Amino acid sequence: MSASEPVLSVRNLTVEIGTRRGTARVVNDISYDVHRGETVAIVGESGSGKTVSALALMRLLPEPPARVGGRVLLDGVDLLRGSERELCRIRGHRIAMVFQDPMTSLNPVLTIGQQLVEPIRLHLPLTAGAARDRAVEMLHLVGIPAPRHRLDDYPHQFSGGMRQRVMIAMALACDPEVLIADEATTALDVTTQAQIVELVAGLQDRMGMAVVWITHDLGVVAGIADRVAVMYAGQVLEEAPVDALYEDPRHPYTTGLLASVPTPGIDRPHRLFAIPGLPPDPVALPPGCPFWDRCAVRGEPRAEFTPQPLRPVGSDHQVACSCAGPAARHG
Amino acid sequence: MAESTGPLLAVEDLRVRFPVRSTGLVRRHSGEVSAVDGVSFAIGRGETLGLVGESGCGKTTTGLALLRLVEPSAGRVAFDGTEVTTLGARALRALRRRMAMIFQDPYASLNPRMSIASIITEPLEIHGLHRGRQHRRRRVGELLELVGLSPDYGNRYPHEFSGGQRQRIGIARALATEPDFIVADEPIAALDVSIQAQIMNLLEDLQDTLGLTYLFIAHDLAAVGHISDRVAVMYLGRVVEVADRAALFEAPRHPYTRALLSAVPVARPQVERRRDRIILGGEVPSAADPPSGCRFRTRCPVVFDRCSVVDPVLARQQDGHQVACHHWPGIA
Repeated sequence: MSASEPVLSVRNLTVEIGTRRGTARVVNDISYDVHRGETVAIVGESGSGKTVSALALMRLLPEPPARVGGRVLLDGVDLLRGSERELCRIRGHRIAMVFQDPMTSLNPVLTIGQQLVEPIRLHLPLTAGAARDRAVEMLHLVGIPAPRHRLDDYPHQFSGGMRQRVMIAMALACDPEVLIADEATTALDVTTQAQIVELVAGLQDRMGMAVVWITHDLGVVAGIADRVAVMYAGQVLEEAPVDALYEDPRHPYTTGLLASVPTPGIDRPHRLFAIPGLPPDPVALPPGCPFWDRCAVRGEPRAEFTPQPLRPVGSDHQVACSCAGPAARHG
Repeated sequence: MAESTGPLLAVEDLRVRFPVRSTGLVRRHSGEVSAVDGVSFAIGRGETLGLVGESGCGKTTTGLALLRLVEPSAGRVAFDGTEVTTLGARALRALRRRMAMIFQDPYASLNPRMSIASIITEPLEIHGLHRGRQHRRRRVGELLELVGLSPDYGNRYPHEFSGGQRQRIGIARALATEPDFIVADEPIAALDVSIQAQIMNLLEDLQDTLGLTYLFIAHDLAAVGHISDRVAVMYLGRVVEVADRAALFEAPRHPYTRALLSAVPVARPQVERRRDRIILGGEVPSAADPPSGCRFRTRCPVVFDRCSVVDPVLARQQDGHQVACHHWPGIA
């Protein structure tokens, strides 16, 4: 897979947002590649910049107040340079996004059918009737019972899990090459989450779509990702194939994060590892490593590179830490 | 008080019904939803009972009904030998000094216009404890230190704090009257992973030093499995299984518990790839119109004809494991 050209290539993406308190540096020079059929997970806690980076690469951030820099190449075409017209042809067609909150991302005054048919008519050369058939097919694909009948229902007539399925149906309606799922299952119960995860994996196998899965849930990531990028304070601190990241995490933030997750059943009562302190304020990012203040194995003095460059520590494994080595592991 | 042995809290056949009003111009009373429909459990002194279930299963309503923050429609709640459901207002207030609650949303559960000191001293005022400004101020400092915050934060306001710090303030408020029993309703759900661990550790430390008894309500099974001594699983207003933590996680008996546990993602890629997930079909039925017989039968992978006819009771097995399923012996 990695031998081929990536479908999506994010290069040196930065996002700055002007606020009353000053400029917030929300995304600081992140780069990653996604290949056909691959799932790349972006993990991080609230405020780490994972959602903003996704909105930025879709050109969905209002500029100003946001300032977006870098390159986002979809099959070699830079999305950040395209005109709004060109983007409208690409977004929802070749690259689509599922948003976090199924309660607020659907228009409450339009039927599910109207909302599903809209992107299909916009992007595919289909008649109204054929578009409607396509919408029914998509609803069926995501497991909504009696889809033809449900097409004329309004969002409030669907449960949270069903609405998220509708969102996925909408995103997949035009066979995108890349799907960006931003906390697509976070608002859902675990049994519904399992249904949705299985659904996306099945569709991915059939359609060869690449998926960028943005989440804070390390359990979900373990089950679905091929590669993982860990974000903190707008930077990618570590990037690795999923097994390497969980079995041999190198960045002290990654090790801390993994150690703070309780494991049901396997766990014996013990104190959870808790990372002390709080993430830095994006308006007043300290120079050097953003994790230094909370780091258990930090070197002295604080490294001065901003941001810390990613350096290889294994095959396909990169880490932004000047002291990361085997010694960085927590028990 | 009345007795010092036996469970601190005993709940029997607790029911909470809410009226349903039709939408439209004239709002008519058009039926009832049984949010909690015959829930029984007991919590021993110093014990943590985890209460898990998915959204809408009635776990939060159960917690609120114990403190009579919503009125139970039927059933009994005995707190340290005192029947809570029939208490008059004055006696209830006195008893509530010993019961406290920690809420889910640390952003919504602190009044943004009150200083931290007034938030924490409000329960002291209500119960007439630590009278006098000096005493109150000292108590605020003590409580803030107890939850790992600087004792000087009393003059600040909620907006100056992060989610994790706010949750600590909510815990300090809950501890103000020196309660014996705390209902913690999704206390970590709104927090980031690294902060969740801080709050879980704090709750455990407080339990050790103060001898607290917890009802820990959450949808996060990993967190519940970490903090609880015993776990009760709810589905559609009922408790379907209660067991010791290890027994429940290692050998769940109710088909719903099995599906629920199999759906919980584990942060280990090798485990995740080998797992057999039980994916439940369909959705939770409406609590306004629950299925006949067993409430889980519409989604149960091992349903048989008896399930639609007879409602299984929560029966205690020989080893103490309680389960409400016709596949287990002793269930009428």
